[in-house]
Amino acid sequence: MTLVEQSAADLLKQLAAGELTSRELTQAYLDQIEQHDARVGAFLRVNAEAALKQADTIDRRRGAGEQIGVLGGLPVAVKDLLCQTGEPTTCASRMLEDFRPPYDSTVVAKLKAADAVLLGRTNMDEFAMGGSTENSAFQPTRNPWDLERSPGGSSGGAAACVAAGMAPLSIGTDTGGSIRQPSAFCGVVGMKPTYGRVSRYGLVAFASSLDQAGPISGTVADTALLLQAIAGHDPRDSTSLNAPTPDYTADVDKPLEGLRLGVVKEHFGEGLDPEVDSAVRAAIAAYEAQGAKIVELSLPHSRFAVATYYVIAPCEASSNLARYDGAHYGRRTEERAMLASLQAERKAAQEAGDADALDNIDTALVRMYRQSRSEAIGPEVKRRIMLGAYALSAGYYDAYYLKALKVRRLIRQDFDQAFEKVDMIVGPTTAGPANKLGEFADDPLGMYLLDLYTVSANLAGLPAMSLPCGATKSGMPIGLQLHAPPLEESRLLRAARMFEQSGVWKSKRCAL
Amino acid sequence: MSISRQEVEKVALLARLTLSDDEAQLMTRQLNDIVSYVDELSQVDTDGVEPMAHAIEVHNVLRPDEVRDSLPRQSALANAPKHSGAGYLVPAVLGD
Repeated sequence: MTLVEQSAADLLKQLAAGELTSRELTQAYLDQIEQHDARVGAFLRVNAEAALKQADTIDRRRGAGEQIGVLGGLPVAVKDLLCQTGEPTTCASRMLEDFRPPYDSTVVAKLKAADAVLLGRTNMDEFAMGGSTENSAFQPTRNPWDLERSPGGSSGGAAACVAAGMAPLSIGTDTGGSIRQPSAFCGVVGMKPTYGRVSRYGLVAFASSLDQAGPISGTVADTALLLQAIAGHDPRDSTSLNAPTPDYTADVDKPLEGLRLGVVKEHFGEGLDPEVDSAVRAAIAAYEAQGAKIVELSLPHSRFAVATYYVIAPCEASSNLARYDGAHYGRRTEERAMLASLQAERKAAQEAGDADALDNIDTALVRMYRQSRSEAIGPEVKRRIMLGAYALSAGYYDAYYLKALKVRRLIRQDFDQAFEKVDMIVGPTTAGPANKLGEFADDPLGMYLLDLYTVSANLAGLPAMSLPCGATKSGMPIGLQLHAPPLEESRLLRAARMFEQSGVWKSKRCAL
Repeated sequence: MSISRQEVEKVALLARLTLSDDEAQLMTRQLNDIVSYVDELSQVDTDGVEPMAHAIEVHNVLRPDEVRDSLPRQSALANAPKHSGAGYLVPAVLGD
């Protein structure tokens, strides 16, 4: 088995035993990127020189007998919306094309403290809005299992690079399923932790009450390892939970005795691909064979989750993205041409004696904001800003935003009631395998409906993860989703590991 | 509920966006599709339900009132599209 086919946990053992250096390992991943990423497009930027330098430092420190962090020289790829000092952090948007953060996000700081080697920045849907990574302003990412298909999104680059053996570990973010859906489409393991478990400080906000960073990797144990490195309270994030961080890596191999597993009837309705249905049911049977008790239950408000999400997330996005105005940072329109066109409009209105038109012409500052934003922001992001601004505007606030917040509580109450009867909920991550690139180009609503099974966890703030549980006849991966009560990541990882060890499905890396 | 082209243009101003004719036409159609879908929320009985703006109980988090270093001015201005070295430069607000 080559280095890039091995699990992070196995590589870590070799690094610790001195059988492998971080430089050798980092170079192996850089070679894999060099060889394959032109076709996949998982990375927006790779800083080989910095990565090798970092690897050398870790090797030197290990050689000198110094204490090394939990990631001990393992390469990690980071989604391009987590600030990293001096490194462009673009959110795959022209708006932030030249933005270089003056500080590290807490996740990046923790990765550095854990002695990870930062390989590069992965592609995503612009500002994390989208489910296919086609909304990146710079390039689409392709699914390594079938280059004509989408890797999912918005963390498409983060999932694709792990599937293609271009990184053993990567960090994604999940606002409505953006870690779990691409993990399912690319056949890797991805977890959205409990809201507040991982700091959002320095994470470029899309929808602040929903966004959560989390790990993507090839195995459940590797997910535990990466979560261990990034979880924990952060005083710089007022929404960070002040709860102890369990030892995820020590617990992951302990099976759960007497597990009560909930199966939600609404997850197996119309629209579920038969091959996904069959793989997920086989996974449930595997749990049953290991002694789990299967409990059928209902989440009656789950059918309103997508509608709820597509009110709340755009409302928060319209507010968060107001900061991109071309004044403080980000792209500004060409000012001289903008002012000349403004003067020409004013002159024409004055000559025509059109007082109304004159009143409606923007001031120079407003025109600069509008033109800068319009030139630099892509269509999907504009659509969501518009939707949010509409839902928050006078006359519609109660009917949309306030209503959605109330339905959100009902969705959470459904979960709370379910978790009185079961320890965990199991079901499909997505209704079907990865779609073809361009399939939803003219159908944004169709794309939004792909989030059917994933958005509820974000609305309710629960931890949830996706792991591979099968493949279609054409070889596309199928994902199994597990939900747990708040702060029960350890339970989630142990249950996922039980399935991995059942032998029903053996995950593999994609051969490019 | 349907959204008119005029409303789309008003919202574009509120959102500080400018839409071309084609964009405004497409946006009107797409927003109508999405809002029609979202209108299904009106079926849910939410009488007496408290709105839930956040997944966790969020309280004010206050730090001790101590002077700390802030971002140096040079770093704060480093990403500005236009600056004077002392502050951000923007087109005139008054008298333009």
